[in-house]
Amino acid sequence: MARAEEIIRLKDICMDYGGGLILDKLNLYILKNEFITLLGPSGCGKTTTLRIIGGFEQQTSGDILFEGKSISHLPPFARKVNTVFQHYALFSHMNVYENVAFGLRIKKLPETEITRKVGEVLELMNLPGFEKREIESLSGGQRQRVAIARAVVNEPQVLLLDEPLGALDLKLRKEMQIELKNIQKGLGITFVFVTHDQEEALTMSDTIVVMRDGLVQQIGTPIDIYNEPKNEFVAGFIGESNIMDGVMYADYHVSFAGRSFECVDKGFTPDEDIDVVVRPEDIKLVPADSGMLRGVVTSVIFKGVHYEMMVKVGEREWMLHNTLMEPVGREIGLDIYPDDIHVMKKRKT
Amino acid sequence: MRKKLLNGPYLAWMLIFAILPLFIVVWYALTAEIGGERSFSAGSLARVFEPIYLRVLWRSLKLAAVSTLLCFFFGYPVALILTSRQFKRRTILVVLIVLPMWMNFLARTYAWLTLLEKNGVINSVLSFLHLPALSILYTDAAVVLGMVYNFLPFMILPIYSVLYKIDHSLIEAAEDLGATPLVTFRRVIFPQSLAGALSGVIMVFMPAMTTFVIPRLLGGGQYTLIGNLIEQQFLTTYDWGFGSALSLFLMALLLVTGALLMRSRGDGEGGLW
Amino acid sequence: MVRRVSSRVYLALVFLFLYAPIAVLMIFSFNSARSRGVWGGFTLDWYAQLFRDRQIMSSLYYTIACAVLASVFATVLGTVAAIGLSGMRGLPRALTAQLVYLPMINPDIVMGLSLMLLFISIKIPLGFLSMLLAHITFCLPFVILSVLPKLKQTQAELYDAALDLGATPLVAYGKVIIPQIRPGIITGFLLAFTMSIDDFVVSFFTTGNGVTNVAITIYAMARRGMNPKINALLTIMFAGVIFLLFIANRRTADAKTRR
Repeated sequence: MARAEEIIRLKDICMDYGGGLILDKLNLYILKNEFITLLGPSGCGKTTTLRIIGGFEQQTSGDILFEGKSISHLPPFARKVNTVFQHYALFSHMNVYENVAFGLRIKKLPETEITRKVGEVLELMNLPGFEKREIESLSGGQRQRVAIARAVVNEPQVLLLDEPLGALDLKLRKEMQIELKNIQKGLGITFVFVTHDQEEALTMSDTIVVMRDGLVQQIGTPIDIYNEPKNEFVAGFIGESNIMDGVMYADYHVSFAGRSFECVDKGFTPDEDIDVVVRPEDIKLVPADSGMLRGVVTSVIFKGVHYEMMVKVGEREWMLHNTLMEPVGREIGLDIYPDDIHVMKKRKT
Repeated sequence: MRKKLLNGPYLAWMLIFAILPLFIVVWYALTAEIGGERSFSAGSLARVFEPIYLRVLWRSLKLAAVSTLLCFFFGYPVALILTSRQFKRRTILVVLIVLPMWMNFLARTYAWLTLLEKNGVINSVLSFLHLPALSILYTDAAVVLGMVYNFLPFMILPIYSVLYKIDHSLIEAAEDLGATPLVTFRRVIFPQSLAGALSGVIMVFMPAMTTFVIPRLLGGGQYTLIGNLIEQQFLTTYDWGFGSALSLFLMALLLVTGALLMRSRGDGEGGLW
Repeated sequence: MVRRVSSRVYLALVFLFLYAPIAVLMIFSFNSARSRGVWGGFTLDWYAQLFRDRQIMSSLYYTIACAVLASVFATVLGTVAAIGLSGMRGLPRALTAQLVYLPMINPDIVMGLSLMLLFISIKIPLGFLSMLLAHITFCLPFVILSVLPKLKQTQAELYDAALDLGATPLVAYGKVIIPQIRPGIITGFLLAFTMSIDDFVVSFFTTGNGVTNVAITIYAMARRGMNPKINALLTIMFAGVIFLLFIANRRTADAKTRR
């Protein structure tokens, strides 16, 4: 990717409501036209970060730069960002047209201009002819689109989205994920998206910021984050994983599960304790006698495309994904290739 | 946000018109006028405990308690009937219970004068039927009647709203477990409705204990309850010290009663205390 | 079956008890005989006399003027206070919430006499102004307690959304929050209005200088003996309240069907 221009930078942001740090020296930059996702479990500070960018909360310390200039002192109505709220926050005493026109009215645009812009944006959101509809009469998906329309009609350079798909059912959510991505590309603006749903983040984002307890755990592309999780938390949070203790006894050599494996990692101190992550779909099924590891199938669940099998190796259960099924009780062998072994430094506790 | 600053005017208002007046009452209750200046004295408070005034207090307590009990005995069945499923337009019936409250309190009391008078409507009807005349006006009975009439909806409504909220499946569960309707009522419905009954008791007892209008109009001019006694101190004898002491005592009494009743309810709900 | 019939009979008796006095009161406003027990034929004389009675007309005027002013003022002050209260946290909020209930749990006689003492102490002459100030005070909790639940229902997000779209806090309140809580404000206003119209005890203590409201006039007249003019006045007032309730009910019914 060509080096894109930076639009927002958070510098050493701390947030403390008086009950401990919600954000602990958060540093983050957001590029123009990127779809960036703040991902993490509830309470990790992702929504607080978004609200600080929007101006709804004042950080305890630190600075926010917008195109290089500090906006920390600006109230929300003076910031060039718009927000799509978790529960949409549509004004139920106004119809769709009045909701979308709200920001334009405040800017005192002429009525003909407002009508044109509202029409255009409703067209873009697949809501043509919805002007006169009351909010109460709309479905969840339609409300979602009105909320986005109301924000983007103001032509913000950055759109903040706070778990906007959380209230939708699964099928609609999948559709909206694709649609949101298309809208973002079409508008050519930055989306800052907050979610706790790792799959949603992987599907839509250019960049994912994984957060936990007010700290950034990892920043990277979805592929980076999935394939090279930096620590055991990211690995556990993104996708399903087998995570276990291991020892890096030499460069390219790691031992776990009672034997040694070749791997692609180096640069650890000799005999350093590390975490090992192996994705369930990366474990190869082989005959019992020829495998690196040997175990007994304890359960099988059909997941649609693949089977999810639990295999007991020694004292530990491993999770495997495979399109072929082995019956419960069968002894099988497991192979793991060097590429599929992810070695991570232990989190200091 | 600076949202909480919006409370400034309200807090100032309440300070001046709700809190300060109470302090003035306390001040008057604890002082006496000696040589043109008020100085500290427990005299007014001591007078409250003189037998003649304790008798008035006892009588007020008795009448308020009797009225509250009557309201409960007549009101509870009404609330129960209203919650039963035999009425399609139940809301209208509930509105009809509340509606008389929209007529001026004084008017409702005054209306009973028309009915109870020696030559009033009730006696006209009775004499037409050649029955002996009823003369309860200006007696305890008339005062209790006036209280029950005025405050009955205060008892019915809280009980109704609690009964209304009782999960119907509880009743079905009880019946399913072999309970007769009477047992279901005694073991399931009544215990759950007690919270509403307590609110009702408070809402009837408090105004019944403090009213001076009902005893004045239906009890006659000479009739004295604690409300009348207080009113007289302020508007007839101008003994503000004693009047304040009486008010203070009355407030303390009601506060303690209310707190005890709410505590016996035990769930800390209501937020009044 | 027996239970059903007996419960209906019981309910009918209770309604008879509740409404008979009011019905008799209204009927006797059309009675040409001055005596209360005897029906002397239909007449509208008392209504005519009512409108010529200066004392009653002036008390009616003061009642309505006081109710309008007190409920408007209490609605504005109470709504602002409710918004402020919703922004408070912790102990200050708990204390303020208790303060809101104070005028409701304070017996009206104590409220009346304590305010009377206050007005005398701070040298506000007893009359219309003092009565109005007292009415505003006891109307406030009804407004706040009607508005607060509506504010609680209104998502905090709505205010943020308005700011996000460029509205200043004042505009956000005017265009978004106030319209959202309007039903609560109207309910609070109507409650305050009726409380003010209905009040006797507090007014009795806090007025003076010939300013009286309807309730005080009834009290004075009832102590002197009956007067069918009062029946006529009460009939009109009760009819007015029923009419207002009917309108209010129609409004909410309309709002429901529109959804």
